[in-house]
Amino acid sequence: MKQLMLGNTAAARGLWEAGCSVVSSYPGTPSTEITEEAAKYDEIYCEWAPNEKVAMETAFGASLAGKRSFCGMKHVGLNVAADPLFTISYTGVNAGMVIAVADDAGMHSSQNEQDSRHYAKSAKVPMLEPSDAAEALCFAKEAYELSETFDTPVFLKMCTRIAHSQSVVETGDRVVPPVRPYEKNIAKYVMMPGNAIRRHPVVEERTRRLTTFAEETPLNRVEEGADHSRGIITSSTCYQYVKEVCGDRYPVLKLGMIWPLPVKKILDFAAGVDELIVVEELDPFIEEHCRCLGLNPRGKDLFPLEGELSQNRIAEKLGLPVVKGPALEEAIPARPPVMCAGCPHRGLFYTLSRNKCTVLGDIGCYTLGAVAPLSAIEMTACMGASVSAIHGFNKALGAESEHKTVAVIGDSTFMHSGMTGLANIAYNQSNSTVIILDNSITGMTGHQQNPTTGYNIKGDPAGKIDLESLCRAMGFERVRVVDPYNLEECDRALKEELAADEPSVIISRRPCALLKYVKHSAPLRVKTEKCRNCQMCMRIGCPAISIKEGKARVDATLCVGCGVCTQLCRFDAFESTSKEG
Amino acid sequence: METTNIMIVGVGGQGSLLASKLLGRLLLSEGYDVKVSEVHGMSQRGGSVVTYVRYGDRVASPVIDQGEADFIVSFELLEAARWLSYLKPDGQIVTSTQQVDPMPVVTGKADYPQNLVEKMRAAGAKVDALDCLALAEQAGSAKAVNIVLMGRLSHYFDLPEEKWQLALEASVPAKFLDLNRKAFALGAKAE
Repeated sequence: MKQLMLGNTAAARGLWEAGCSVVSSYPGTPSTEITEEAAKYDEIYCEWAPNEKVAMETAFGASLAGKRSFCGMKHVGLNVAADPLFTISYTGVNAGMVIAVADDAGMHSSQNEQDSRHYAKSAKVPMLEPSDAAEALCFAKEAYELSETFDTPVFLKMCTRIAHSQSVVETGDRVVPPVRPYEKNIAKYVMMPGNAIRRHPVVEERTRRLTTFAEETPLNRVEEGADHSRGIITSSTCYQYVKEVCGDRYPVLKLGMIWPLPVKKILDFAAGVDELIVVEELDPFIEEHCRCLGLNPRGKDLFPLEGELSQNRIAEKLGLPVVKGPALEEAIPARPPVMCAGCPHRGLFYTLSRNKCTVLGDIGCYTLGAVAPLSAIEMTACMGASVSAIHGFNKALGAESEHKTVAVIGDSTFMHSGMTGLANIAYNQSNSTVIILDNSITGMTGHQQNPTTGYNIKGDPAGKIDLESLCRAMGFERVRVVDPYNLEECDRALKEELAADEPSVIISRRPCALLKYVKHSAPLRVKTEKCRNCQMCMRIGCPAISIKEGKARVDATLCVGCGVCTQLCRFDAFESTSKEG
Repeated sequence: METTNIMIVGVGGQGSLLASKLLGRLLLSEGYDVKVSEVHGMSQRGGSVVTYVRYGDRVASPVIDQGEADFIVSFELLEAARWLSYLKPDGQIVTSTQQVDPMPVVTGKADYPQNLVEKMRAAGAKVDALDCLALAEQAGSAKAVNIVLMGRLSHYFDLPEEKWQLALEASVPAKFLDLNRKAFALGAKAE
């Protein structure tokens, strides 16, 4: 049946049709929905792992045991999972193992725009790259065949525009291959030097065989064009942009397998056209391969290394007409993302800002604590970096920073890779203050459960890690919990823990205001006769509060009555709209 | 046929995903090739969001570029203005007159531009502006702005009303169907 499907949903469908049995992933935009959708199939065991390394190793374990497995992650998640990746490449698999990695050119929701194709090349792992949802489904299935035929994990490489675009797919039935019985094979699966030395040539030979496959597979196809003055090599969403702009005018070599790349196929294609052009986002990955083959294509001399391409950007560079739309002369104010009204992070960040703390931040919704007017966070790099970096910061500066510097990290991010940093603080004893922003969910990626929430991916009760006990077990004597809606409590806890001469953990605990089970108070309103336009309430950057005609005003459609603004107002100008209030 | 391009723009959380779901379903049932591109992740948190819907005999790119949109359907006036350059020279804007202050306006760093409908018209755009929030509230929920807008958009399509109704039925939960039918009708019939 023909239906519209999100690229990620189609990839999940492909996993299901291929008989995948075990899925373990960590959420990350734009990869998250593959695993969320896979979890809707009862036949697949699905879970959120604490991080991508654990997820990949879990998927490897399932493959070893003889069942087809999968793990999915965003591009930066693959950095975390790179350790198992490079060696699983050596051991190979038993049953098929597929790794989805989703890049985010344009950084719609990421801290960098690294190009994951380099991982395929350097870890010597084949990579398929779909260009729409239908291919996401087919390529997921094909990836399992390749994995088992060539005894290797296989990448399914997504990008934002493939992952988050719906296009027409045709679905099929689930076919579960027989379990491949696990067999003890120390030479293959124990990667100590004596064995790994023998596996490395196997990997190189595998890449040679895969290169031969790349020459012949219909995954890499030439689409004929009448005008041979140009020939375009492209893949992924760029293929769609090229077709949009050029139609069938120029010949196109459409690569569905991005590693290893074919040699003869590219040389033959290049020989048939006057000017060879490579259209790809981010790094010149295909282009450099062409140069190694002695070709001299156009590529990054035309197209940028940064950001996404689009049909207009390609048309302009190819000298084709581009239509201009109407334009306004005046500047349109930006609309950056903001912390939601009632976000539990707000009160805590206000407290940090007011106490002029140096705040080392982490990855999550709360990164928005760096945005004006709170402007509290001063560093964000990667998952867990806040907790590790505050230790280094305090070791470098000692007492000078210890009493005013804090690390902030979310509950999910803490479980992902904050714990090891905390172990370092406990072990090597820096007087650091770590604040765990526990909103009881993985927020930014759209509400996924994690090891601290007590629920699994299907919403069923699961193991629950107690943050207080965990921190105490690591050796922290000073562990306390505050309610971020209570500014006085936050302020007192922060001052006391910063003043203390030993490391401490503050857990700022309140569930995300967007969670369905969270009951909200009635919205507030402003008693205009009491408002003196002091604008104290504007310091928390609440999207529900604005100043109109010299008075504060509350947008009742946004306000959830959290009451943080009420605590800031010296003139008692906020009141509840509830009858009891 | 040439590909037709519809952009749905608004503020994260306003319900553009449901609108694109409805359109996707409708156009697919009409036998078109359809692509819909969504925004997930950080910008959903109250930021400017855009969804692209494209249909025709064969659609390649999932996104719409500047100068390409046949329609811009907007939940919010400033967002219509922000994406104006994506409109075709003879394209149509269908917008709610609702105004949601972005943070730079809330904090007083910028002003919300005045008379945007007139300015967009002066720039050459056809603008159909309607207070969709009031109509949605009249239908029973402020959240039905998306369906009011779909009702309004249906004006510009040569498709029988029942086709829209079928897509609506398939896209919203049964318990909200009556409310959404009302919202659709109010959008479709508004002067």
